[in-house]
Amino acid sequence: MSSRDKILAAVSQNQPVYSPVPDISFLQGDNDNTVAKFVDILTTIGGKVILAETIADVRFLLLEELKNHSRKVTTVPLLGDIMEMVNKSLHDPHTMENIDYAVIEADLAVAENGAVWVTEDKLFTRVLPFICQHLAVIVKADNVVPTMHEAYQKIGDSTYGFGTFIAGPSKTADIEQSLVLGAHGARSLTVFLLS
Amino acid sequence: MTGNKDHAALAEVFNKDEDRVDWHDETLWFIRKKRDLAVNKIDNWEELRETASQIKNNVLSNLSNYLQEFEAKASANGVIVHWAADAAEHNQIVLDLLKQQGITQMVKSKSMLTEECHLNEHLEANGIDVIDSDLGERIVQLAKEMPSHIVLPCIHKKKEEIGELFHEHLGTPAGNADPQFLTETARQHLRDVFLTRRAALTGVNFAIAETGEFVVCTNEGNADMGAHLADIHIASMGIEKIIPERKHLSVFLRLLTRSATGQPITTYSSHFSKPRKGKEMHIILVDNGRSIQLGREDFRNSLKCIRCGACMNTCPVYRRSGGHSYHYAISGPIGAILAPNLDMEKYADLPFASTLCGSCSNVCPVKIDIHDQLYKWRQVIVQKGYAPTAKKVSMQAIANVLGSSWKYHVAGKAARTVMQLAPFAVNNKFNPWYKHRDMPEVPEKSFGEWYKINRNK
Repeated sequence: MSSRDKILAAVSQNQPVYSPVPDISFLQGDNDNTVAKFVDILTTIGGKVILAETIADVRFLLLEELKNHSRKVTTVPLLGDIMEMVNKSLHDPHTMENIDYAVIEADLAVAENGAVWVTEDKLFTRVLPFICQHLAVIVKADNVVPTMHEAYQKIGDSTYGFGTFIAGPSKTADIEQSLVLGAHGARSLTVFLLS
Repeated sequence: MTGNKDHAALAEVFNKDEDRVDWHDETLWFIRKKRDLAVNKIDNWEELRETASQIKNNVLSNLSNYLQEFEAKASANGVIVHWAADAAEHNQIVLDLLKQQGITQMVKSKSMLTEECHLNEHLEANGIDVIDSDLGERIVQLAKEMPSHIVLPCIHKKKEEIGELFHEHLGTPAGNADPQFLTETARQHLRDVFLTRRAALTGVNFAIAETGEFVVCTNEGNADMGAHLADIHIASMGIEKIIPERKHLSVFLRLLTRSATGQPITTYSSHFSKPRKGKEMHIILVDNGRSIQLGREDFRNSLKCIRCGACMNTCPVYRRSGGHSYHYAISGPIGAILAPNLDMEKYADLPFASTLCGSCSNVCPVKIDIHDQLYKWRQVIVQKGYAPTAKKVSMQAIANVLGSSWKYHVAGKAARTVMQLAPFAVNNKFNPWYKHRDMPEVPEKSFGEWYKINRNK
């Protein structure tokens, strides 16, 4: 008997009487002031939020910021003229090691925890938002939902090879509970909220 | 590492440095308070806990189906699924996967399961170099220690000790114990590791039966840096990590970090569904005693655990005895109910390392009846004859005295006399009871004697 069959047999034999899956539809957030809440929470956890009307505004704001950075990469076509464009999956993600500043797009943001949801189809290369020194994410203010319940409703049964919630810059407090930003992922996170 | 010492003996070692105990106690209580602040901001926290508990009840009652559903979906996604009945089989699967590819170096993110299985030791004995990439885990790895806490692996270490370790192993200047500087050093050191390792192993926080994807949560980004740069990603998970549907993640991700550290969510909650083009993704489903625990009616709820560590942060015994006193990969109250399932004799002492105050059960995000299970384990352990000898002998003596009315009266009188005339005879370090508790003040008469005099008044 294979380990698989042994494990499944033991589990079947030992699992308790069937208990139904609870309904979770009653768990809902409050739709008031979601944008203000998002800004507040993301700022508290070390991120930065910049409100902008359009991508053209973001482009304008970035022009100044990007002067301070070496290799700058984006997946957003409208920024392709001011940054290096990455719009297909790179054969070797190791070549992204020296990216200083990256700008990507997200479909969704969550007010209660300051997270943005990004998927592989918009990242092209999975490691991009982790390996860059500084990360900026563009998301529409209309796509800010109150809680994780609404976030997963929106994600629904969409398919992705990889997807991730990113909430603020990479951090650790493993040394005596002292919070340090910039553990292994991006040292800073800026979210451009498009109205 | 801890030899044959039990929890009390190991706690005694930790308690030698009183200042450190106070510091450890206060640090963890600070984290418990951060948890309270975060939790109190959520209006329906109790409903959320109850829902999570019910989802987990469903998981445990339908686990064999969910495991098969998960296997089918993950396989369809191009992930290779392996099954391991025990720790040895798990470790062998990992070793074989590495050997097939001629890989001798691996980077690993936090996985308590691999601690439970002693994977690192097994791989190192077989010529594989393993580097733990979570900062806290890297620190305990350099110190050749076990993690003392499941979420905060080096919470027992002072920054000066960490500075010393980094000086010795990573060449930082002697005497530099600045957390910012040390973290930056680890970032540089580990970045090189991430870029050069062809294999990455991660743990799994949640696995979704409905979709075959699994979720890994980190603050540092180390799991992602490892997995997205490697040719082969191995994810090890206990079979109890399954949840039914993707939407249920909303419940657990809301609970996990608020309970753990008071954060609203980890920096990264990564959902792995398919391997990168041309790369391999493997999942190892590990039983290692979980199916047995599932069959223990009184203890199966321990399998609902989502490894947040809240029970440790709140535990008055854990905070004052340190994680290493539990001599098991998972310390604290939850470890004390998981460990005896694996080896009742070796871990017979752990369910006694508790005041049964119930604080652990109150903070548990999935409502595990932790303190009740500790109490029940004590009974099982004594009945099966695994109780520590001193406890066994004294309990037999007590049973003998309590079983006979004349022995009880004589013993009571003798004890009262001794404690009044010569309190030092019992209040000394040779009395193990006194070591853990203050002796009560002794009444002049027993209740029986008092009643005899007073009943006619």
